[in-house]
Amino acid sequence: MADSFDQIFIRAKQWLLSPISCRAPDWLIQVASSLLNIAALLGVFLTLFALISVLERKILGRMQNRYGPNRVGPFGLFQPVADGIKMLIKEDIVPARADKIVHFLAPVLIAATAILALGVIPYGRNMTPFIIDGGILFFFAVGSTTELAVFMAGWGSNNKFSMLGAMRAIAQMISYELPLIITVLPVVMIVGSLNPDKIVGAQSTYSLGFVPHWFVFTPWGATAFILFFVSGLVESNRTPFDVPEGESEIVAGHMTEYSGFKYATFFMAEYIGMFAISGLGVTLFLGGWHAPVHFLEFIPSYAWFFVKLSILLFIYIWLRGTLPRTRVDQIMNFAWKFMLPMAFTCVIAAAVWHYTGRGLRGWLWSLGVIAVVYVTLSILLDTRRKFAPRTYRFAE
Amino acid sequence: MSTVAFAGIAILTLAAALAAATLQKLMHAALSFAVMFVGISAFFFFLGAEFVGLVQIFVYIGAVAVLIVFTILLTRHDVGKVRGFNWSGVFVAVAVFGGLVWTISKTKSLSIVPQQIKPVTVQRIGELLMTNYVWPLQCVGVLLTAALIGALILVMEEKS
Repeated sequence: MADSFDQIFIRAKQWLLSPISCRAPDWLIQVASSLLNIAALLGVFLTLFALISVLERKILGRMQNRYGPNRVGPFGLFQPVADGIKMLIKEDIVPARADKIVHFLAPVLIAATAILALGVIPYGRNMTPFIIDGGILFFFAVGSTTELAVFMAGWGSNNKFSMLGAMRAIAQMISYELPLIITVLPVVMIVGSLNPDKIVGAQSTYSLGFVPHWFVFTPWGATAFILFFVSGLVESNRTPFDVPEGESEIVAGHMTEYSGFKYATFFMAEYIGMFAISGLGVTLFLGGWHAPVHFLEFIPSYAWFFVKLSILLFIYIWLRGTLPRTRVDQIMNFAWKFMLPMAFTCVIAAAVWHYTGRGLRGWLWSLGVIAVVYVTLSILLDTRRKFAPRTYRFAE
Repeated sequence: MSTVAFAGIAILTLAAALAAATLQKLMHAALSFAVMFVGISAFFFFLGAEFVGLVQIFVYIGAVAVLIVFTILLTRHDVGKVRGFNWSGVFVAVAVFGGLVWTISKTKSLSIVPQQIKPVTVQRIGELLMTNYVWPLQCVGVLLTAALIGALILVMEEKS
């Protein structure tokens, strides 16, 4: 019974494919199966996008002691529908001096790459849409294309605010891509594979029946997860790292000259990027679709995945409601002076954990390595002694 | 089916390469260059060299294309201007193509039956890099670190 619930979507797909599976040639079945996967992915994540966009406003409203959207439908739940219609019927304005083709292609490219990255994440038992041996590498390869799309948006708009926003976005994306990828390395090293399914598989066992072997429960894993999460915040341009679109400084950054549905596409790409990076975080550190306790494995695997995903998304919203925006130079300093050394430390700590036997001893040793580096860095980077009036390089 | 896929990828790659060479606006040329990189990585996927294909996207689109685009942005003031036709470029292209054709035609054709090789998985590449090719890998690492430090020294603020 539990098994049939777990595999219900796999069965559904087989049932849908059954009319053609006996007669059609192989490639047609493959194409049909891929199309089904894509349709399912788009369906699920666009619904999640709609839901999260209203939930975010509700939660932010709660945190700021106001109601949030509550006019459309019960509890304002139909707000995304109203927003979508509004976006669709808005006038699409293209600046006269804009580079028309590049201006048009930028939102297309940014949405396409965001959705592609979703394809390699295992959503449940046997539920990886596209099984690629180097799945993790695929995720980052596709993600690195976003920078070009952001640049296209900034340059194609032919607007100073757009260009400045794009420059800021690319600068922070490139800086944080490094810690993001390096924090993934320890997991890849310990599992010995770039395949997301194998990474989830490596976290499937339990100690004493109730302590899951998720990587987040090791010192290096916990550190790597926090660094990964912060880098993910930056990569998806979320508060407190939303300088590329800081409204008070540069209007909306690279999205300034976009209106109507193109703007909505950027918005969607940002959220889908957030889902993708959180999904990868769940896969790498939080045990993927495995239950936190062994006797709860009867609950379908995809449910666990989406529960964990929702928790991470809630933390994103929580941070947005809590933290003010950081300055550009603070973001950069943080990336190069703190994030990068800590990310390298995670790699070393994981190696120490592996060679001291992956048990309690390894746990303590790797904790020691991380603690030493963390304390040293905090002493070295202590800015309290250097408080002075801020100096400006390019302004009076 | 595979022939159709091959033809599709080939047409995309060649069209993008042609566009990169002939488009009037420099930025458009740079962006079609990026499309050509996608085509080449699709070829790698097509040949089963997954890792190389992914690295192609990662390095060439994520880094090299962004670098090219930034170089254009930061160094040229006439980005929007339309350029004339560049005959020396044609000469260089024809010379390189001729050279390649000549070399390929001189090379003895390989035996038709392919050797049986193990599929080039990410794991195997990793093993080889960590065993047989560990010294070259370390040397590349040192070189890149030196380049990074050099770049940092170049942009370092001068304290007055």
